[in-house]
Amino acid sequence: MENNLSYIEDVLNRYKGKKGSLITILQQVQAKKGYLEQEALELVAKRTGMSTASIYGVVTFYAQFRLTPIGKHLIRVCHGTACHVQNAEGLTEAISSELGIKAGETTPDGLFTIETVACLGCCSLSPVIMIGEKVYGKLTTDKARKIIRDYKKMEMAS
Amino acid sequence: MKTLRIGYNSCGIAAGAEETLAKLNDVIAEKPGFRLVKTGCNGMCYCEPIIDVIEDGVTYTYGNLTADKVEKFIDAMEKGMHIKEWVIKHPAISTDHDSYNAGQVKLVTRNIGVIDPENIGDYLAAGGYKALEKVIRTMSPQQVIDEIKASGLRGRGGAGFSCGMKWQFAKDAPDDEKYMICNGDEGDPGAFMDRSTLEGNPHSVIEGLAIGAYAVGAREGFFYVRAEYPLAVKRLRIAIEQASARGFIGQNILGSNFSLHLHLVEGAGAFVCGEETALISSIEGKRGMPRTRPPYPAISGLWGKPTNNNNVETYANVPWIIQNGAEAFAKYGTKTSKGTKVFALAGKIKRGGMIEVPMGTTINEILTNIGMGIQNDRACKAVQMGGPSGGCIPFHLFDTPIDYESITATGAIMGSGGMVFMDEDTCMVDIARYFLSFTVDESCGKCTFCRIGTKKMLEILERITKGRGREEDIEELQRLGQAIIKGSLCGLGQTAPNPVLTTIRYFKHEYEAHIKDHKCPAKKCRALITYRILPDKCTGCTLCAKICPVGAAQGERKKIHIIDPEICTRCGFCKDACKFEAIAVE
Repeated sequence: MENNLSYIEDVLNRYKGKKGSLITILQQVQAKKGYLEQEALELVAKRTGMSTASIYGVVTFYAQFRLTPIGKHLIRVCHGTACHVQNAEGLTEAISSELGIKAGETTPDGLFTIETVACLGCCSLSPVIMIGEKVYGKLTTDKARKIIRDYKKMEMAS
Repeated sequence: MKTLRIGYNSCGIAAGAEETLAKLNDVIAEKPGFRLVKTGCNGMCYCEPIIDVIEDGVTYTYGNLTADKVEKFIDAMEKGMHIKEWVIKHPAISTDHDSYNAGQVKLVTRNIGVIDPENIGDYLAAGGYKALEKVIRTMSPQQVIDEIKASGLRGRGGAGFSCGMKWQFAKDAPDDEKYMICNGDEGDPGAFMDRSTLEGNPHSVIEGLAIGAYAVGAREGFFYVRAEYPLAVKRLRIAIEQASARGFIGQNILGSNFSLHLHLVEGAGAFVCGEETALISSIEGKRGMPRTRPPYPAISGLWGKPTNNNNVETYANVPWIIQNGAEAFAKYGTKTSKGTKVFALAGKIKRGGMIEVPMGTTINEILTNIGMGIQNDRACKAVQMGGPSGGCIPFHLFDTPIDYESITATGAIMGSGGMVFMDEDTCMVDIARYFLSFTVDESCGKCTFCRIGTKKMLEILERITKGRGREEDIEELQRLGQAIIKGSLCGLGQTAPNPVLTTIRYFKHEYEAHIKDHKCPAKKCRALITYRILPDKCTGCTLCAKICPVGAAQGERKKIHIIDPEICTRCGFCKDACKFEAIAVE
């Protein structure tokens, strides 16, 4: 089946001929599906007149861009300095063991992805994690496990 | 009529402000006499969710007002009473929290937590855009620059270059097309001042940039804000729209010949983009790679045109200086560092939050008076300033005053304002390793010394924390560090060794303990510690055995458990789970 890339057309049309808009285009394309599929990058290359290689160069340079799909719930464990001294590493391991996956991986059912990030800017509440858009602060390994279990329960119920 | 003002920044929302707000809306829905508004964070992050009650011009600030307390709170309000033990700030009532605010001077942050950041009316009522109006109507561009020069304002992004001089270079550059950039890429882990400013008072930053644009002759401005700050991006976008609708931004501002168009670019996550030439490349849509300076951006920046770049806090200072005068600003601070500095307090400090203090305040004053010391009354070991470019200042140097030169003399840097406090449980070798692993990830790879040198340093640090350090490692780290400083093009590489060099300078004994004695004094480095169950405290509750992911903690119910050191991965889950403090780390 042909991959439907119509979701990219809008974005490309909006920035047609605007200089310096590659990163914005990529951000908006990624916002639609959660990651950048290869066909999408090729289409962006074709329309902007840039080589796929140079677009790939930009994509891999920035932490925000992903080349693989993510789970329904993206769990971002903050590893900023304040979180580091407050045991962010232990937190990551607790969440990993609760979900049976390592940081950077997605659960086989496609529900959860764990990602470690440099800093979420909520340092006064360290250690913190972010699930989707929601931030959870002042965590312990116990509290983090409980939050993950609640999400799992919610998913089971739905 | 009572106005209830809820702190609704990212930090407040994370602490439960969303639930508090929902409950408040619920409870007051049927009740007359309340007006509910959202504002930014007043800086007392450790007490969030925070609500101000304003009646007859007097403000009562309530802290830790979680959703479960809302009914009791509104009940008291309706009876015309206050719950004094919940009040954290009031002009006439003394509270345990007064020392947090006592030593602060709020110029940049004075309206954060006071105004509704999504309503330009609030900003205008607080005197907003009066400074822009003043420069457009009564001052020449050169007069503006002279005023900023006289104030002594230095860049708040870290390096501390004179703001007025920077503007002068951009103004003097012979070109009709010039650009202004606001660096809101706050990439230092441990810093959140710019997020809080953009979320709590975005107009102050817009106004500062607009005044700068008028002074240097730029007609276009770019805000570069990291995408990890979605609320800051949203509020800044709203603010730009509202300022444009009111004629403070756009064509012929306030009827003058001065026009300024603003763009908002979301940074896609690269620490190196805090460096101005890398940031410019990123705005141009490219990989954020720094380039050689000179030419400086003031001569050849964005699209090869003269460009001025300052960070969020620097711009936010400008309207105050214009309105109150350079002299009033220069009254605060030290001989070389004028005004105030905003800091983000975090780590093991009791009271974490955002503060603004006059330059010259000592680190000790910040830790003791504002932050109330270290959690659980433990001893403070050091403070990390300046993020991955900065260093660790040991406790015995806490009488150091906050100014650019004094902080630099310690081996750290002023940086953008992150202060992460550490106690005896923090291993300084591990901290150095942590920062180096960050830099290795974030190095753009252009300069060999930065790309390979930091990797080599990290390998050595990993070896040391794993108990396989060699006698010559400390010297090797210092040698590599010096080479990277000399051989790197941009600030990232030139400062990357700082966390290692400062920890070696002040905490060499910790390095030596790891290398020679195979011990981690802070009991942090996993290869050098063991977990053991204390037989006299263990009750045989089986909690540790249940939580242990590898089956190292073992035992039968009601019998003393043991941990098999051969299997144990030192994850510490058992220690967190044990309710009887029966697990020791040795």
